[in-house]
Amino acid sequence: MGNHSHGSPEDSGTVAKADDVAQDRFPDPGLPPHRPRIADSDPRQAKRHERQVALLFIISIIGTALFFVAYFVLGHLGDMTFAELRVQNAVLGLGTTFAMLGIGVGIVHWAKTLMPDHELVEERHEIRTEEDRQDAVEIIDTIVEESGIKRRPLIRNTLIAAIAVAPIPAIFMFRDLERSGKTAHEMVEQLRHTMWDTGVRLTRDPSGTPIKAADIQIGSAVHVIPEGLNEAENMLNEKAKAVVLVMRMNPADMQISEGREDWHVDGIVAYSKICTHVGCPIALYEQHTHHLLCPCHQSTFDLAQECKVVFGPAGHALPQLPIMVDDEGYLVARSDFHEPVGPSYWERG
Amino acid sequence: MSSTTEYTPKTSTGRIANFVDSRVGGSAMVKEFGRKIFPDHWSFMFGEVALYTFVLLLLSGTFLTFFFDPSMTHVTYNGSYVPLKGIGMSVAMQSTMDISFDVRGGLFMRQVHHWSALLFVASVSVHMLRVFFTGAFRRPRELNWVVGGVLLILALAAGFTGYSLPDDLLSGNGLRIIDGVIKAIPIVGTYISMFFFGGEFPGIHVIPRLYSLHIMIVPAMIILMIVIHLFMVVTHKHTQYPGPGRTNTNVVGFPVGPVYAAKAGGFFFIIFGIVAFISGFFQINAIWNYGPYDPSPVSAGTQPDWYIGFVDGALRLMPGYLGNLPLEWVIPFPWGDNTLVLSVLLPALVPAGILFAVMFAWPWIERWVTKDNREHHVLDRPRNAPFRTGVGMAGVVWYCTMWAAASSDLIATHFLVSLNDVTYWLRTLFIVGPFIAFFVTRRICLSLQRKDREIVLHGREAGIIQMSPEGGFSEKHEEIDVYKRYLLTNFEDRMYIPAQPDAAGHISRKEKRRAKFSKLFFEDRVAPVTPKELEEAHGHHEVEGAQHSDSIEK
Repeated sequence: MGNHSHGSPEDSGTVAKADDVAQDRFPDPGLPPHRPRIADSDPRQAKRHERQVALLFIISIIGTALFFVAYFVLGHLGDMTFAELRVQNAVLGLGTTFAMLGIGVGIVHWAKTLMPDHELVEERHEIRTEEDRQDAVEIIDTIVEESGIKRRPLIRNTLIAAIAVAPIPAIFMFRDLERSGKTAHEMVEQLRHTMWDTGVRLTRDPSGTPIKAADIQIGSAVHVIPEGLNEAENMLNEKAKAVVLVMRMNPADMQISEGREDWHVDGIVAYSKICTHVGCPIALYEQHTHHLLCPCHQSTFDLAQECKVVFGPAGHALPQLPIMVDDEGYLVARSDFHEPVGPSYWERG
Repeated sequence: MSSTTEYTPKTSTGRIANFVDSRVGGSAMVKEFGRKIFPDHWSFMFGEVALYTFVLLLLSGTFLTFFFDPSMTHVTYNGSYVPLKGIGMSVAMQSTMDISFDVRGGLFMRQVHHWSALLFVASVSVHMLRVFFTGAFRRPRELNWVVGGVLLILALAAGFTGYSLPDDLLSGNGLRIIDGVIKAIPIVGTYISMFFFGGEFPGIHVIPRLYSLHIMIVPAMIILMIVIHLFMVVTHKHTQYPGPGRTNTNVVGFPVGPVYAAKAGGFFFIIFGIVAFISGFFQINAIWNYGPYDPSPVSAGTQPDWYIGFVDGALRLMPGYLGNLPLEWVIPFPWGDNTLVLSVLLPALVPAGILFAVMFAWPWIERWVTKDNREHHVLDRPRNAPFRTGVGMAGVVWYCTMWAAASSDLIATHFLVSLNDVTYWLRTLFIVGPFIAFFVTRRICLSLQRKDREIVLHGREAGIIQMSPEGGFSEKHEEIDVYKRYLLTNFEDRMYIPAQPDAAGHISRKEKRRAKFSKLFFEDRVAPVTPKELEEAHGHHEVEGAQHSDSIEK
């Protein structure tokens, strides 16, 4: 119906301008007349609803029984196979579903079909009457007056001061949440150090077997932990900092910055596996593009450019672990990392 | 106490009731609440879903506490699940495994707990959207809106602290990310991390601490807030949708006893039944597939629980570098260099901060712009508040963009597109999406309002095509009844209010700013049809069905 459309709101009569106020409204016709349900006039229909509700409640009882079947017949303690457990879990769920839906649907069906469906009207009341407000003001004035808090500012001010300082010990009590008893300086400093040190062997994660330089092929990536990690005290803490990825590239394809010339062994390089974004382990190495991808937030690092960030939210390159080969041909660390691993923090610098 | 003869009950039930009543004053309560009127609408159920899933959380959670041990002491697993036998893990993980495999119904209860938690946050969120889009937060309910917002934050806190407890690979990685975010906080971040984890990440202290929060403080605060929330609902009485017979001074609906109580009570069992079905048939958080926490492996494609997704997505969208400029700023101070980790700090705090700040402040923002400080007990149909609906949709689109970004890797793998492109598109949407959403939504609302006008003025389409004697075709229109017409014409007609001078005749800068917002929100508006307009329309058009004289008020 083309004659009913009104063009753009600005030039149409339906969009009122601020000054042309339409005050007059249609009168409220009141609640629409109630429409009776069949069951309101037909007792047989009402009886039918009654039976339906009862049936739903009976279904609920059957559901509860089904729960017990699942609990005692399908389930037993110890050495259940995973498949058995799944079946038991499903039947427990099914039994509970019937038990609960039977009751719930039954009651709602009862309410909708058999209870009166006349809407009633109730008046709202003022949330606060002016009379109450005046009474309350009077009471509060009396309380303030009797307490004397206004007349005796010395008491008031010292009380405020006492209340203000009293919670401060509660804040200080949390100091020992840090359980190792380190000083503030030591707390920050420990983030700079890992288990890696001159001569520590690179071993496979998680077995801990040492790695020979000759074992690493171009294109491969090996998950590495320092030797002795599995026996270390606070193993997970150490591991969270020390995990390393070892990969091999053609040395000709690598950009090597000044001072890092001897950090690799014929193109074998080791980089921290902890993302510099928020610390997820960087598990994905794509040898074709020589990119490392963090599966958590997709920070991408380019191995050819000393693991510089090429995409994603990470804010600095992955720290490189300087490595060399020991007398027996095994890969060992040349030193610890030269910068903190993992996510950045205020004191990182 | 009784000067008149005391009432003596005749039946044994009556005696018990009377005993209680005469000691706690139950009669007064029955008088107050027994026939209290509650309006009925399907959209009012979301709050109920939230309440009932919380009850389920308390029930299933209490059961789980009987078996769960949050200790991070290292043990070797020797339970029923064969593939993990002999694997080292924490006691927390071991007891979660035992609940799953060696407590009958334990897996079911774990799944009820986890699914209820997801539904709880979802229903709180949807309930808040309902309240927002219908304007139910307006005076006198602003404070209850704030309590609802606090409940949403507490729900997130409960979900997060609970998610970390099993100490499996996924939850450990979640904590790892939290550690990274905490460390990005300037000056105190490193120390907060050390205090939180009791030393370096992951340590052996964090899970018992999260457990204390998860089973005591957080649920206690949720219960407190729910009590305040419901107390205020009773004080304010429920809002109602507009319609004939529903005014700002009455409540139309069903009495608590029996209809409302039956429906609401029955609804609890329905929610329980649905959660039980999901928990029976849909596996969630299969920790035995992930294994215990280890800082080294991570499975690709893992997703956080849905409600944390928007923060995780924001972390993914943030670029670490703008061109070659790193967003980690190393600031030289006299005592040394410090690092400001904007690439983590901004996405972790700013979007969530803006969302919650605008959400909490919105009742006051709207009151300021509209200069409307009246009580409102009749809701808006969303189309009749185009500005608010537009702002709400801008927020929804913004949130959903971040939420989608939390699955950027899965979007890329499922739709075979480049992960980088997905990120670029979502970054673009993050910036422009809310603006597009605001303007498009407002246009849709205005169009719907104009459609309403058309229906009032020209009747509804009857679906009958008539041929005139001249051979032209037209569709028959039937006039709508007075009830429908009242619904379509009786809405708040908000208008642009230009800047008003104050008592001294001066227009303050703040007032000018308000006027700008007012103009943006209300310059385009659709006015409700007036009786005069309808009369004029009848004069110009031959309205079919006008013979129903009862539907025309003259």
